[in-house]
Amino acid sequence: MSLDPATVRRIARLARIHLDEAEVPRLQDELNAILGWIEQLNELDVADIAPLTGPAQMALKMREDRVTDGGLREAVLANAPDRAGDFFAVPKVVE
Amino acid sequence: MSYVIEGGTGAWEVVIGLEVHAQVVSQAKLFSGAATAFGAEPNTQVSFVDAAFPGMLPVINRECVAQAVRTGLGLGAHINLVSRFDRKNYFYADLPPGYQISQYQHPIVGAGVIEIELADGSTKSIGVTRLHLEQDAGKSLHDQHPTKSYIDLNRAGVALMEIVSEPDLRSPEEAGAYLRKLRTILRYLGTCDGNMEEGSMRADVNVSVRKHGEPFRTRCEVKNVNSVRFVMQAIEVEAKRQVEIWEAGGAVDQETRLFDAARGITRSMRSKEEAHDYRYFPDPDLLPLVLDEAWIAELKAALPELPDAKRRRFMQQYGLPFYDSAVLVAEQATADYYETVARGRDAKLAANWVMGDLFAALNRTGRTIETSPVPAAALGALLDLMADNTINGRIAKEVFEAMVDTGEAPGAIVERKGLRQVTDTGAIDAAVAAVLAANPEKLAEYRSGKEKLFGFFVGQVMKAMAGKGNPALVNDALKRQLG
Repeated sequence: MSLDPATVRRIARLARIHLDEAEVPRLQDELNAILGWIEQLNELDVADIAPLTGPAQMALKMREDRVTDGGLREAVLANAPDRAGDFFAVPKVVE
Repeated sequence: MSYVIEGGTGAWEVVIGLEVHAQVVSQAKLFSGAATAFGAEPNTQVSFVDAAFPGMLPVINRECVAQAVRTGLGLGAHINLVSRFDRKNYFYADLPPGYQISQYQHPIVGAGVIEIELADGSTKSIGVTRLHLEQDAGKSLHDQHPTKSYIDLNRAGVALMEIVSEPDLRSPEEAGAYLRKLRTILRYLGTCDGNMEEGSMRADVNVSVRKHGEPFRTRCEVKNVNSVRFVMQAIEVEAKRQVEIWEAGGAVDQETRLFDAARGITRSMRSKEEAHDYRYFPDPDLLPLVLDEAWIAELKAALPELPDAKRRRFMQQYGLPFYDSAVLVAEQATADYYETVARGRDAKLAANWVMGDLFAALNRTGRTIETSPVPAAALGALLDLMADNTINGRIAKEVFEAMVDTGEAPGAIVERKGLRQVTDTGAIDAAVAAVLAANPEKLAEYRSGKEKLFGFFVGQVMKAMAGKGNPALVNDALKRQLG
């Protein structure tokens, strides 16, 4: 598997990472090296092994349906770059 | 008579599938302990988990899982004992983590079915593909400031059930019936309040068109439609748009569209195109969700009687027609009200009163069945007064209106207004004799063969008796004196 420059640009755009055109070849090489490394896993035969979805062989812990959190408006808003009254304020996003 | 769109090249069939997002009824959110109540002050029901502060970890709410299982059971669906949570990645201002926790490949509930009822009295089974649990996003307000959007995260992290139908629906009417039926089932189960105005239920509508017998053509998804009426309108205009494109020799692009209710059109949401690359992957913060069969059995045993079963019971136990039964079971509160009125009484008469006079009174007064000015027991007492001949049916309507206005018991109204039915045959005979004496010409016409006038005489006698005559006795007396 090998990534072309267009795919590298697309991955960057989806992740909202700005990329100068000059950086594309270097990132392409780095990503391809990582993929090549991961691809070694394909050498293993896992046909009869159930997929492992996590490292811990245990089920999800659940919590009771009780309100135990919230009421933290000032703390929640404290790090916001911008706020308007009790709201977060962001550059306008409209459909 | 199936629904088609007549185009220049012939009839087009419409193919519809619905994805319904139903907000789960719970106290706390799906993965945090913040409250879910509607209408709180902005950003007061937000935990650090919901705001995606670094290092915060999700812990699943057992009740939200139970609600999804109950809903699956209510849809006759397969419950998957092992399911998994995935991250659906996209950037939007009301989604602080940059991903929504959802279930992509392994949903908690598999295939089920919903039986819908159509206006012509027929029913149709609509397949449910799956149901999965996911988080809601926050709310964006775009109209508060010229260059900024305001974000309230109170809704962020609230549990949603996404319920996906098979593309089995073929008309706006069927889509409307499906949504109403799903809403009824969810409300019976208590797993979603079904309140579309508050956004507790929202639908994404997949629409395509085809000539009869063809395979499916390209579909478009109309996003976030928030009422049954708008869903039906959106299908109609979107299907017509697609027919025009195909007939002009073009091809429909698969895309996401918005329904503009004010203008009655759908329009493209171009910005969503790239966002479709969600790069799902298993959420590393969450282990697989493994359910215990005994727990599922426990939840199943505690399910209420569901609408279809209740409708069948109403038809059998009370001898009601399909239509009446379907109307009465649409809301559990209505069904309970009806059963209180019907128990031990004339069940069909009870249905007529509930669906006729009571529904009209609720409409007129802007009340609901829960806040009805006439409690079920009082309506039952009114029926008793008719059954034991204390009042006749016509007076009963008058008493009912007084009950709506004053909240008084029917017996008290009858006594206060002196509405007790006259069964004294002497008084009835006298009233009949007086009416006949006052209308010699009509009497002559009647005797010369114009028997239709019998109704006229009944009306006159009842009028003379202020409506309180026993109708059967008045008829008897008239027949005797005329004959």
